[in-house]
Amino acid sequence: MARAITTRKKIMWTALSWGIGLLIFFPILWTFLTSFKSEATAIADPPVWFLFDWTTVNYTDVLERSNYPLALTNSIIIALGSTLLGIIIAVPAAWAMAFVPGKRTKDVLLWMLSTKMLPAVGVLYPLVLIAKYFGILDSRILMVVILMLINLPIIVWMLYTYFREIPVDILEAARMDGANLKSEILYVLTPMALPGIASTILLNIILAWNEAFWTILLTTVSAAPLTKFIASFSAPEGLFYAKLSAASMMAIAPILIMGWFSQKQLVRGLTFGAVK
Amino acid sequence: MATEHSKAAARIMIAPAVFVLLVWMLVPLCMTLYFSFADYRPLRATFEPWIGFDNYVSFFTSSSFISSVVTTLQMVGGILCITIVGGVLLALLLDQPMFGQGIVRILVIAPFFVMPTVSALVWKNMFFNVDNGLFSYLYAALGLQPYDFLSQAPLLSIIVIVAWQWLPFATLILLTAVQSLSSEQLEAAEMDGAPGLSRFWYIILPHLSRAITVVILIQTIFLLSIFAEIFVTTNGAFGTRTLTYLVYQRVLESQNIGLGSAGGIIAVILANIVALFLMRIVGKNLDN
Repeated sequence: MARAITTRKKIMWTALSWGIGLLIFFPILWTFLTSFKSEATAIADPPVWFLFDWTTVNYTDVLERSNYPLALTNSIIIALGSTLLGIIIAVPAAWAMAFVPGKRTKDVLLWMLSTKMLPAVGVLYPLVLIAKYFGILDSRILMVVILMLINLPIIVWMLYTYFREIPVDILEAARMDGANLKSEILYVLTPMALPGIASTILLNIILAWNEAFWTILLTTVSAAPLTKFIASFSAPEGLFYAKLSAASMMAIAPILIMGWFSQKQLVRGLTFGAVK
Repeated sequence: MATEHSKAAARIMIAPAVFVLLVWMLVPLCMTLYFSFADYRPLRATFEPWIGFDNYVSFFTSSSFISSVVTTLQMVGGILCITIVGGVLLALLLDQPMFGQGIVRILVIAPFFVMPTVSALVWKNMFFNVDNGLFSYLYAALGLQPYDFLSQAPLLSIIVIVAWQWLPFATLILLTAVQSLSSEQLEAAEMDGAPGLSRFWYIILPHLSRAITVVILIQTIFLLSIFAEIFVTTNGAFGTRTLTYLVYQRVLESQNIGLGSAGGIIAVILANIVALFLMRIVGKNLDN
């Protein structure tokens, strides 16, 4: 540390950063607070901050009286299902490209990425037609497959960047010791690849959970996840702020927590290695 | 090192991923391309498989196309301005010495993980609502007339919502870039007596230029297909109909599949132009 940092300066930066940080976080904080108010307190004039009768009635209301449990189940199944399916397809592909690179590996990777750039509206109607043809409109399997496909390029790409960091020398040493392909994968590679696979799974669950084009347009009720469920709250009048807040908090809380753990992976996963 | 045997195995391992993505990309896109040359309106039971470029002509010449492109540019441009300027400032701020840096980072990043329908509805009802929204209280407290954001400045309102969601993304990536700047270089400039602003212009900003480019390109690709935020706030009314939303309305609301498909193909082409630049940067990086 060549530069001496005065405590006064540090306190100044701390105050400024905390102020701005809380301002950016405020809508989430406000939703959190509102979710524990009664509907009347939620729209009280002037707004009530902390001193109110905290109640969990909104949470129990939302859980009991609406389609919330179904939507939550759908969200979990769709996010986990599409992620697992994607991982099963992507791990072999990323492994092969990282450890047995060919002349066209780079082109394949870039081409995969380019499929991610396809605007969804460009293929909206064909997807509706195909889903109707197979009778899977508003089904979980359709959402699992579509979300797997739109996120597959990111999964392959992230796994590829993680796998490439595994030193190849270790593989050669294992081969010298007479390891065959199976034990190579099972005992040498898998333990080293697991952290990367775990981060990829984490980021992908977040992306799938929050996807709000296909989930809104291709589901109605039986396969509708939380994104669609929350959209059904868009009626304009008041008197439901507290319940909206409770439903929102339950929809975002698990992902918020996962997201905080995946900050670093986010940069890697969404910039495709272009920023290090 | 890689034997013929392992190369063949590698090809088999890559095949499923390539196959599903190929099908995913080609089949629906070809169908859209096919419909874009047809007069296909299921509600009127009209299906004429080939009408040439009529759909493209009427899509291009309709006033809603021009206005949707203008809206798209304003929306994407506005969000990019806020997130890039705000992101650079926030990244520099978060790089300063402070207490509880980790917690501030968590607070700043949080909006990115909120699902689009939730953030749109929370902003719409609890902040922008003219009767019960927080902004109305704020306006009243300042002695001003309450302002109905979503009907009087709908485009700006959506820009604010989406910028709030994407500011963390820009900040996080630019912070990564800021932290890779060597402090020696900055200290040398400081020793030479360069004032803060010129240090920013001549050292920090050039260093960030690549990260800024990447953020612009990636955000543009995602922002071109903003949907949920418009869907739950204005439903495309009051001049908030972007190209994506126009195509959605043509296809699913008015069920003019031919016209909508032509619009879809145009959207694909526009997105590909942006994607081309991004791919070039990513490809270059892959070599080192």
